[in-house]
Amino acid sequence: MGTPDPSRLLVRMEKITKRFAGVTANQEVDFDVRAGEVHALLGENGAGKSTLMSVLYGLYRPDSGTLTVGGREVSFSSPRDAITAGIGMVHQHFMLIPSQTVWENMILGVDGLPSVLPKRAIHDRIEELSQRYGLAVDPDARIWQLSIGEQQRVAILQMLYRRANILVLDEPTAVLTPQEAERLFETVRQMTSEGHGVVFISHKMAEVMGLSNRVTILRKGRHVGTVDTASTTKEKLAEMMVGQKMVFKIEKKISSPGRPIIECESVRALNDRGFPAIAGLTLSVREGEILGIAGVAGNGQAELCEAIAGLRRVESGRILINGADLTNSLPKKIIDGGVHYIPADRKGTGLVPNMNISENSILKRYWNKPVSKRGFIVWREVFSFARDLVSRYSVSTPSIGTPVRNLSGGNLQKLMLGRELSDSPKAIIAAHPTWGLDVAATKFVREQLLAARDVGGAVLLVSEDLDELLAMSDRLAVMFKGEVMGVIENPAGAPIEAIGLMMAGTRMEEAFASAGKEGRSA
Amino acid sequence: MRLSLKVEPRLETSRLLGLMIPVLSLVSALAMGAVFLHFMGVSPAKAYSTIVRASLGDAYGISETIVKAIPLTMVAIAVMLAFTMLIWNIGCEGQIFMGAIAAAAAVRYCFVDNRLVMFAIMFVLSGIAGGVWAAIAGFFRAKWNVNEIITTLMLNYVAINFFNYFIYGPWRDPTSLGFPMTPLFPDTARLTCYCGTRVHAGLILALLLPLVFWVVLRFTRWGYEIRVMGENPKAAGFAGMSYVKNVVLVMFISGAIAGVAGMCELSGLQGRLQAGFSGGYGYTAIIVAWLARLHPVGIILVSFLLGVLLVGSETLQIVMRLPVSSMLVLQGLILFFVLGGEFFRKFRIRIVTGGGHRASPEALKEGE
Repeated sequence: MGTPDPSRLLVRMEKITKRFAGVTANQEVDFDVRAGEVHALLGENGAGKSTLMSVLYGLYRPDSGTLTVGGREVSFSSPRDAITAGIGMVHQHFMLIPSQTVWENMILGVDGLPSVLPKRAIHDRIEELSQRYGLAVDPDARIWQLSIGEQQRVAILQMLYRRANILVLDEPTAVLTPQEAERLFETVRQMTSEGHGVVFISHKMAEVMGLSNRVTILRKGRHVGTVDTASTTKEKLAEMMVGQKMVFKIEKKISSPGRPIIECESVRALNDRGFPAIAGLTLSVREGEILGIAGVAGNGQAELCEAIAGLRRVESGRILINGADLTNSLPKKIIDGGVHYIPADRKGTGLVPNMNISENSILKRYWNKPVSKRGFIVWREVFSFARDLVSRYSVSTPSIGTPVRNLSGGNLQKLMLGRELSDSPKAIIAAHPTWGLDVAATKFVREQLLAARDVGGAVLLVSEDLDELLAMSDRLAVMFKGEVMGVIENPAGAPIEAIGLMMAGTRMEEAFASAGKEGRSA
Repeated sequence: MRLSLKVEPRLETSRLLGLMIPVLSLVSALAMGAVFLHFMGVSPAKAYSTIVRASLGDAYGISETIVKAIPLTMVAIAVMLAFTMLIWNIGCEGQIFMGAIAAAAAVRYCFVDNRLVMFAIMFVLSGIAGGVWAAIAGFFRAKWNVNEIITTLMLNYVAINFFNYFIYGPWRDPTSLGFPMTPLFPDTARLTCYCGTRVHAGLILALLLPLVFWVVLRFTRWGYEIRVMGENPKAAGFAGMSYVKNVVLVMFISGAIAGVAGMCELSGLQGRLQAGFSGGYGYTAIIVAWLARLHPVGIILVSFLLGVLLVGSETLQIVMRLPVSSMLVLQGLILFFVLGGEFFRKFRIRIVTGGGHRASPEALKEGE
């Protein structure tokens, strides 16, 4: 791996300013990407990272400032121009067509293809790229059948297929497990060693430190600084990012678990493709504890949440909530039975973006008193409930009549948390509750989940942030291929290698034994 | 330096803009129509003033406009209800015909010599007929995700031919000298008309339905469910709402409204089944619903407006010898502009002066 010529700039953005209806999203921001480097773009939610990258990708035209690609000043009027210029972007929400196959998505927007598609050649090219960059994926699978991690691989492949030499990854690890993230980093390293430039957007400090060569920090739309990663520390970056010292700790009381609230007994369920996703899974979550679920994406975590919430058919086995058998009951009955589900897909599943805060606040209680009487919605009650939620969960919004689509990710999650947690629920399922949130919102969400636990809630926490799981969980179950590899009683003290082995399919006893051995031999 | 147009999404649509867009769409459509009329060799000013005078110039004109607005309002409510759930009911035309057939069957086979009882029978039967007709499409949509735009549209042709079968075949009036029509209904089976005009009791329904559905959608639990399902079916499932059940139900009710509209048109106005029974209300109502931005009360106003156009255009045919199809062109223009106007609700266009040049593949290769 030769050292790339640092003088060779692939992209230079100078004094980029972009305003939206009075809000300045970027104020004279400078940014550049060199060949063979990973340039991390760091900042809290709303700091202007996405806007800056949207300018680079031709989605927005800057109000002022210049963009130079390959030594030439350019003005993109659409992503197509950016793609032609060799810029590829992998968004947080992948721009893939769910109903089409991987290879069909690969040629989206590729010009100059013959009318009869050379399927063989496309397959070969995908094969070659996947091998070279370690992005294993089945070219004939349809997008909707893939896990989020796999979809991300497709999105990256799509860019490489179009011969992008500058790749923008927008919070790529937010949806990945440590192992998947590590694989992604390998891919990124492979790309930079070949002279690609990679922009890595993130607010996970550890990853930024581990992967990048340089870091640019944005705060409130302004360029705070660009530093060499080698000459800085996590704390310094965090300080530049938020403008004050941050504490990386979670205050947690000792749990006092009671009787089991969520009980799964030999549950089997299928995934969307009709293949077994949960294979005879048994676990229980007790009153006043957080049971974390760790595992590589696509090992049945999502299906488990859905099965408990009544959104996925249970093929066999039983699910008991607070002692009552609610296996395959109607979702409404399960909600009334005390199950509160915080889905990962906030805007897609948990909320109705075009409806306002008050309408969204009653989504899970609109059939119950006092918000509903004799078939009518009592809006007076709804408004006071919504106002109460907004103030108790500090959702920042102009009014309760504001459409939810206008709220930021953090506020969306606060609203949803409020809706699900406000009446001290018994059973809580939280799927990736801090996904994509900034530091402050993440802290808030974690505190709220702990608070719900402290008043006797049984919390099932699915996350792909292992640090979060270790810090939050009272017990940690590791899932692999729809089964529980074991439940770790004191996760904070458990050897991380053992958890890693369990995530790869080793049973707990064995994993701990071999992790112990390694520990001794090391 | 070069000028270019840049389309950007709007973050929020102001209230004023929301009101102005349909108005501007309508004005643009009429302006475009003026050009069209000009090329037809007709003075647009004269044509438009004829339309206004014919439809609003006197009591008779106004009453005729109301007569047109009655079925339009009712059917537009049907369209609106389905679309609130994001279901396109393009099949109202067919549902109107089915409602009319059912009403005629009621008069033919279970005639009761009491206006109220007869009306009740016709109301229920026409509602069921239209409702079932629409629910068929709803069921296919719910069960197998069959596109309802296609099924409802195709069912229109089935319904219309079904209708033709009766008027050309078993129900044809033997005294009609071969004209395809059924015998005239007895008086008891006719809706009351007011003030010596053709405005019939359907007016009450046309005024009542929008209010009822405004209340239903805004204030009832079911209305809330329908709206959530229309906006985000996934969230609806997450909240435990049954999409399948409600698609069928909403389609049934939507079809029932259209069916009852057909009954009103039949019993209030024409008094018999005859060829060319509906005159495209089922399609025009789609325009109405969209122009009114699916607002139940707006639908009343827009129906009246389109009633003006319909009545005016009938006069135009006679006075200026314009073919019927020219009025269909005008209607088409309106829908076109209304749907086009929707674009400006979500996006804005800015003229930008670009300093740099567009990145062309050649330029980039040179750059490398």
